[in-house]
Amino acid sequence: MTKNASTKLFESALVSAAIKQSFVKLDPRIMIKNPVMFCVEIGTAIMLFVSAYSFINSDQGSPGYNIALFIILLLTLLFANFAEAIAEARGKAQADSLRKTREETPAKVWVDGKIVSKSSASLKKGDIFICETGDLIPSDGEIIEGIATVDESAITGESAPVIREAGGDKSSVTGGTKVLSDKIKVQVTTEAGESFLDKMIALVEGASRQKTPNEIALTILLSGFTIVFLLVTVTLKPFGDYANTTITIGALISLFVCLIPTTIGGLLSAIGIAGMDRALQANVISKSGKAVETAGDIDVLLLDKTGTITIGNRKATNFFPIDIPEHHFMESATAASLADETPEGKSIIELAGLKGYKHPATIGSNSFTIPDARTIKFTAETRSSGIDLPDGRKIRKGAFDSIKKLVESEGNIFPKEAETIVHTISSNGGTPLVVAENGKAIGVIELQDIIKPGITERFERLRKMGVKTVMVTGDNPLTAKYIAEKAGVDDYIAEAKPEDKLEYIRKEQQSGKLVAMMGDGTNDAPALAQADVGVAMNSGTQAAKEAGNMVDLDNDPTKLIEVVEIGKQLLITRGTLTTFSIANDVAKYFAIVPALFMASIPGLQALNIMNLGSAESAILSAVIFNAIIIPLLIPLALRGVAYKPIGADALLTRNLLIYGLGGVIAPFIGIKLIDLIITPLVL
Amino acid sequence: MDTEILGVLVLFIVTVLLAIPLGKYCAKVFKGEKTWLDLLKPVEKMIFKISGIDPDEEMDWKQNMKAMLWLNVIFFVWAFVILITQSLHPFWNPDGIASMEPTTAFNTAISFMTNTNLQHYSGETGASYFTQLLVFCFLQFVSAATGIAAMALLFKGIVQKQATHLGNFYQLFLKSSTRILLPISVLVAIILVIQGIPSTFEGAAPVITLEGDTVNVARGPVAPMVTIKQLGTNGGGYFGPNSTHPFENPNYITNLIENCIILLIPIALVFAFGFYIGKPKVGYYFFGAMTVIFMSFVAISIYYEMSGNPNITAMGIDNTLGNMEGKEMRFGTAASSMWGVSTTSTSNGSVNSMHDSHTPLSGGIFILDMMINAIYGGVGVGFINFFVFVVIAVFISGLMVGRTPELFGKKIEAKEVKIAALVAIAHPFFILVSTAIASYLAANNPDIGWLANPSFHGFSEMLYEFTSAAANNGSGFEGLGDATPFWNILCGVVMILGRFIPIIGPIAIAGSLASKKYIPESAGTLKVESFAFTAVLLSVIIIIAALSFFPALALGPIAEFFSR
Repeated sequence: MTKNASTKLFESALVSAAIKQSFVKLDPRIMIKNPVMFCVEIGTAIMLFVSAYSFINSDQGSPGYNIALFIILLLTLLFANFAEAIAEARGKAQADSLRKTREETPAKVWVDGKIVSKSSASLKKGDIFICETGDLIPSDGEIIEGIATVDESAITGESAPVIREAGGDKSSVTGGTKVLSDKIKVQVTTEAGESFLDKMIALVEGASRQKTPNEIALTILLSGFTIVFLLVTVTLKPFGDYANTTITIGALISLFVCLIPTTIGGLLSAIGIAGMDRALQANVISKSGKAVETAGDIDVLLLDKTGTITIGNRKATNFFPIDIPEHHFMESATAASLADETPEGKSIIELAGLKGYKHPATIGSNSFTIPDARTIKFTAETRSSGIDLPDGRKIRKGAFDSIKKLVESEGNIFPKEAETIVHTISSNGGTPLVVAENGKAIGVIELQDIIKPGITERFERLRKMGVKTVMVTGDNPLTAKYIAEKAGVDDYIAEAKPEDKLEYIRKEQQSGKLVAMMGDGTNDAPALAQADVGVAMNSGTQAAKEAGNMVDLDNDPTKLIEVVEIGKQLLITRGTLTTFSIANDVAKYFAIVPALFMASIPGLQALNIMNLGSAESAILSAVIFNAIIIPLLIPLALRGVAYKPIGADALLTRNLLIYGLGGVIAPFIGIKLIDLIITPLVL
Repeated sequence: MDTEILGVLVLFIVTVLLAIPLGKYCAKVFKGEKTWLDLLKPVEKMIFKISGIDPDEEMDWKQNMKAMLWLNVIFFVWAFVILITQSLHPFWNPDGIASMEPTTAFNTAISFMTNTNLQHYSGETGASYFTQLLVFCFLQFVSAATGIAAMALLFKGIVQKQATHLGNFYQLFLKSSTRILLPISVLVAIILVIQGIPSTFEGAAPVITLEGDTVNVARGPVAPMVTIKQLGTNGGGYFGPNSTHPFENPNYITNLIENCIILLIPIALVFAFGFYIGKPKVGYYFFGAMTVIFMSFVAISIYYEMSGNPNITAMGIDNTLGNMEGKEMRFGTAASSMWGVSTTSTSNGSVNSMHDSHTPLSGGIFILDMMINAIYGGVGVGFINFFVFVVIAVFISGLMVGRTPELFGKKIEAKEVKIAALVAIAHPFFILVSTAIASYLAANNPDIGWLANPSFHGFSEMLYEFTSAAANNGSGFEGLGDATPFWNILCGVVMILGRFIPIIGPIAIAGSLASKKYIPESAGTLKVESFAFTAVLLSVIIIIAALSFFPALALGPIAEFFSR
């Protein structure tokens, strides 16, 4: 699956499925979950009777007019249902494309020392199965034996294979991925139908979708508005009696439906589903809708340095030869790094290459070995590594103090110049690597963390959102501080142990803040569980995935930032459409109230500021506008209102102008236009 | 003309300048900080000792509300019993006033207990001096103190962090009386007496008129009652004609003073909130939001009253003084409009002109003012009503900035929204449903005889009466014949519900907020002290009020305006 796969909002297959669902959802038992639209349904039912009645008796207006009202109200319901159905269909399509990868795969199950072939659907938690080269992994699980390269592109879209092995943080495998080499024994960790993906699909499809706390609160507020408008409409009848005005049932129901917040009421669940769907599009599986909502509230973000703030590992950035030509220094440094498998070691060869030096061994060969040379492996004791060349040169590279000790043990003096360079590099946040040849220091290599391009801007964006960023690193405080400043994070935890993360999260939470973090290892699990939003990487251990409330399929540590924005977008979309919906009522009043009383109180004609054609056309126009605004806003509900990190104040002003003021003005124009079109038809 | 408007502006500015220090002082009183009136402590201590109350006992919101309700039950019983037995009292009844008819007494007792002061009787003929002082004047103090104390509980709930108690209602109640209401009352009453308002226990004075007739001019302990009726947003006049009566409001100076103290405490309490939570700016912004609406209303009312009645102009009669029907020559149109808006926005209900005789839109503004009922509002309760709008506005604007809504560091969740929505529904419910019942009866019984005016104005009269009752305002469109059991009882019920539901609901919200975790502010947090939020707040207030009542107003004042 590629990112943002379905940017097209209305695919024809989805649309036809959604249309079908729109009718199914007319079932009052489903409808009652949405109080606002349920009221519309009752109104629609009443209009059906009134339409029938108006064929016999004319005191409720003409049959044509009443039937027209009935049809428009029915359309209002269908539009609202369609919004929800299309959101569900899109989410389902998204999830299906993920699920396709894990349909019926035969599993080689290990039963009492024998291999039995079973279907993946019949796997139980605790079962053990075996996968060999070329096999699809039938279920999520934990490797208990062996090591294998796995192609996870079906889930992550990342084509490079990854290594998975028993024990440690890389023991977890995902159903639907493919073993490329070797053989592993895997224990099933989730029942069929209960994996994260299954949970997510259920959430999107609506079967187990629960309203989030904020959605519940908003529904209550909208119900409150509905009750007020019910009062307004019902009491209008005796008011009209007093004023000697007969108000038809059709007019009262129209007024009621127009006033209650049908726009947001119709789109509310679509907005919620679309939020989950956007998370899924970002390849984040959320275990609940609430987690997405909470993400928008995050105050503190814990980010690992490596991979999030800096690119992978440290890289060599500079050579500082002492008393020898640079060419000589590069030759020695490269030779000492040839056998070094670490990224730092490779980066030394790269840097030398960039500076125009290529060691003979690296040209035209991949083995990087010098015949007859003896490589000295890095040990924690010596804290250095190196090579003994056939020409007798002994080259060592390592940390400053270990090389100094080596040099001095050979009876040589460690040069002052080298010490100065080492100090400068350290205070710049770099790591110095000293190179010695035959017991004499010949220069220093500077290793630096490379801060990801664009990451500073993202932190700036987060700061404007009010999110504090915290860098977590194993580096010493000096280096950590330097990188923190350079990258623009607000705080850092240096020499961090997993417990430190947990501690930090607790501390922030105690002061009332909401904390998000990302993790992959088993030792991250407590912190992931403690965090308000814990995003586990899909490559992480099962324990980590169980502890978090979201799983990132891409294993992308910067994903948290997107998740926060998705959460905010979700809330903003709800807020702005509520505002828009309520603001619309002003114009609807000016359309309907004069229409109700024009005949009996000619003076109120003055309120007909839109100069609508007739009482009937005015009411029809308002109801039609009320209906078609729902499908018109579906794209906005599904895409979400864009979030701009410009500070709460500016954001409020902006959204208030667009959706508040816009919400007041738009219906005046819309209703007038509709009236111009339908007036000739009504007459 | 211009001096009339200048008078209005000076009045408002002086009031605000007095309200700021008073607000600071009130915040101190609520917090229990040292003030110079601590010299009253022994008196308070004695009162608590006699009543057997521990004023330092911390109570949660439910205990506090229970205390408030029981206290009010006692007030009601006391008032009701005195009213129906006043002819039997041995003293302070020199004019031999008769006992009150039971439904009128029911209505009156509720009316004064709830700080409404809707009067279905006429003061000088319906109440003895004993009643005036020990029922009316007394209830005007304690009902005002009830409102202020309830509001202080709300303040406490907002600053409380993860605790359930909101302070002690009894203590706040007594302190509101002794530290705020009483001292200002004494000061103002003395000034009013100097200005010529009577204060005596002697009976009506016989006066021989120019025509040689003897007239018994009613008098009594007027000055103290007038003071507390204005100060405590009560509005119940000593005399039937209320503050149009020359003994209640003899001249332009007393008019200024009385109008000033109508607004004084309600405005001061808005500032007090800012000082109490340690963010004076919040108080200023809330005041600003209210003032935008208040001043717009004043401007509209003054404009239409000064323009005069177009029907009279059409008859060729000089109308340059403006619409003077039902107004006092010594006040003029502008001061009458200012008073009208002041008294309806603060749920005061005293009148210095006949609201019934205002031009349609000016009268409509008065009704709308009571429908909102949170523009400064009644002492204490006004801010409590306003708080409900704040909760709703915070909820909507919180969403618009992409955070689950929070108010002063506390999350607004389903529970708070539920209560706020219920309270917001309650006010339109009482007004619309009761007016609908009355309209239905009036439409189906043409001979019912309630309405002095037919058509739209008659509808406005009914709408005004119930709005006034629900808002605990107490003024009326006097064309309504309201001293009947129907009006007495229905208005009584509306007054009780309109009083206590909007207090209990928000205090329950405060109780819930108090127990929540405090979330510190960040750049993503919505600040209430900002123009953008003020705009949302104003929209919420206007839209809720306008949308709930637009059809009703359209059939009353608006139809009357367009149909002249």
